[in-house]
Amino acid sequence: MNHLPLIIKREYLTKVRNKSFIVMTILSPIIMIALIAVVGYLSQLNNNKTRTISVLDESELVTDIFQNTEHTKYNLLNNVSLDDAKTIVEEAETYGLLYIPKQDSIDALVKHIKFYSKETPSLSVISSLESKLENRLRDVKLQQQGIDLEKLTASRTKVNIAQESFIGEKTSKIDSYFKLGFGLAAGYLLFMFIIIYGNMIMRSIIEEKTSRIIEVIISSVKPIQLMLGKIIGTSLAGITQFVIWIIIGSILMTVVSGFLGIDLMQQTPQNEMMQKAMENPEVAMEMQNLVAAFYNLPIANLIIAFILFFIGGYLLYSSLYAAIGAAVDNETDTQQFMLPIIMPLVLAVYIGIFTVIEDPHGTVSTIFSFIPFTSPVVMLMRIPFGVPIWQQVLSFLLLVGTFMLTVWFAAKIYRVGILMYGKKPSYKELIKWIKY
Amino acid sequence: MKNLLEAHAVSKNFGDFTALNKVSISVPKGSIFGLLGPNGAGKTTLIRVINQITMPDAGHVLLDGEPLQSHHVQNIGYLPEERGLYKSMKVGEQVLYLAQLKGLSKAEAKIRLKYWFDRLEIGDWWNKKIQELSKGMAQKIQFVVTVLHEPKLLIFDEPFSGFDPINANLIKDEILRLRDNGATVIFSTHRMESVEELCDHIALIHQSNKILEGKLTDIKRQYKTNTFEIGINAADKVALAETISQKFDASLTDFRSLNDALKLNIKLSENESANDLLSYLTTKGEVSHFVEVIPSANDIFIQAVKNN
Repeated sequence: MNHLPLIIKREYLTKVRNKSFIVMTILSPIIMIALIAVVGYLSQLNNNKTRTISVLDESELVTDIFQNTEHTKYNLLNNVSLDDAKTIVEEAETYGLLYIPKQDSIDALVKHIKFYSKETPSLSVISSLESKLENRLRDVKLQQQGIDLEKLTASRTKVNIAQESFIGEKTSKIDSYFKLGFGLAAGYLLFMFIIIYGNMIMRSIIEEKTSRIIEVIISSVKPIQLMLGKIIGTSLAGITQFVIWIIIGSILMTVVSGFLGIDLMQQTPQNEMMQKAMENPEVAMEMQNLVAAFYNLPIANLIIAFILFFIGGYLLYSSLYAAIGAAVDNETDTQQFMLPIIMPLVLAVYIGIFTVIEDPHGTVSTIFSFIPFTSPVVMLMRIPFGVPIWQQVLSFLLLVGTFMLTVWFAAKIYRVGILMYGKKPSYKELIKWIKY
Repeated sequence: MKNLLEAHAVSKNFGDFTALNKVSISVPKGSIFGLLGPNGAGKTTLIRVINQITMPDAGHVLLDGEPLQSHHVQNIGYLPEERGLYKSMKVGEQVLYLAQLKGLSKAEAKIRLKYWFDRLEIGDWWNKKIQELSKGMAQKIQFVVTVLHEPKLLIFDEPFSGFDPINANLIKDEILRLRDNGATVIFSTHRMESVEELCDHIALIHQSNKILEGKLTDIKRQYKTNTFEIGINAADKVALAETISQKFDASLTDFRSLNDALKLNIKLSENESANDLLSYLTTKGEVSHFVEVIPSANDIFIQAVKNN
């Protein structure tokens, strides 16, 4: 008899009807969005303030580079001593005073530029001032050496090596970053999903043991059916929660940003710089590359691989969580068995970050994209860079094979473990159980 | 009488530990079969083998003449000793779920549940959660779950634990009624008085071996010691006791009676008959009590375990 649908239905319904599950599902995105909104609101308050920076330029070399912008106003002081200027700025309570002294040479000059303020100035303000000054002083130096600035500008050449694979796929640096971002997102998603919902499966099995219903159930259904039912039912509840999170999250995001008038991508000094850069034709080219990069991704391959490796990896780990749940009596006893599960997962993510970035098709990344316990994460990170189909298929088959093995192993532990009460098993005992 | 369940030389080892050593039992159809034994004897393992929860290492089990298969779970109702229900699930939903796992359709299960809930007067619990019920109430639900699919074979492991005397009686009557309606019952317990009351066959398992099996009356006959409990009135009880002891193997005993008679246990040897004893006693005084001592299930249990 196949009771699997019935078990899945019960597991799913009990999970989604559970009060704490409902509260978590609704509250988590609200809390998240509220946090983002508060942070956004506060930083906006901060940025809405217009900064006034007073400039005392005794060298008279850089006076014309200080143009007012939306958030920064420059107040040029003339014919005052440094001490007077300091007093003026302090009394006016403006942001600060930039002092450029008069010196014989520019090299001497740069050593004496100073910024006075009441509080430590923001890093972005200082670096923006520095870059303004650097540009201007470099030009001045060049002019002093008798170089025609216009010719120099005209002679500037930008090289951007176009990359193309032998089969004609165009790639670029941006492409790589884009792929990397995609791979990291997929890998992290899987990692989070396994940890959150794997634990949920484990807890639900422990609950079944502590409520002592297991023997009644097990006299009607096969343990493996019960285990699979639990894994699938809990996963479906997990997917439901994830989808609801995304829906509530995006609705709230729209509502909050529209309603409170908080532009979450608000104008910060950094963004200003970004925008300026965008006007630059070279960067605009890069943007086009970015769009091209998206289309360059092997999308169909990615989607299929994502679904398969996600499910495979998730099932592999959740069967291990189920086995642990069956082996112990309460959650505190799970600690000793958690490490071997978490380790390969963490390892996979680190390998993804450190070696796939460096060399997506290098030996290390290739090997780990075949080892079943790390392959879901590592392979998902590699695929955007283009992995031969045979490698993907082989890796997936290995994953499925290992999954079957772990299910068999978990089912063995499960059959014996669910009927064992009162003692905390050791690894030695678990191996003995497999032989029962 | 045909046997509903036969276990043939069932063995089960857990590592180095032998839980069952070639245990065979035959449970006649329509009987209440007491499966007895001290703690850790292997009773629960045997029951789990019958329920296909544990696979035996050797031997086989026949249900109604067929080797056990997975569809047989529908014909077995099992109330384990370690029992429980999903605490946060509503009674009605939970019982329906468990009934469906036993192969009943939802509609059929609902009709039968209504009958049982009315019968046990628990109809208004339908929408309560298990955690709101007392232990005894939950036990009643568990009983309903066990019998709902009208199995041929019912297995009860300590069914009366947790019940007050009134409910224990109620459950006992239900078990007897189910037996009368054709079910066969295997009954595992330590409580010998309920064995005495209910069982017509017993098997005793001790240290993984079956040491005794058969009809309870046959076993009692086998274990009887030809001892008679007598009460006799006489003027000088000490002298009379002395006289009787010289002729028979007698010892002083005590039982409840209305008069102040001399109370003795007299064990007869094989060539002595009860009639000889009685006629001898009538010459000595007025016999007010004359009864053969039948060993109780408790005595048999203790003696059988000790002898092994």
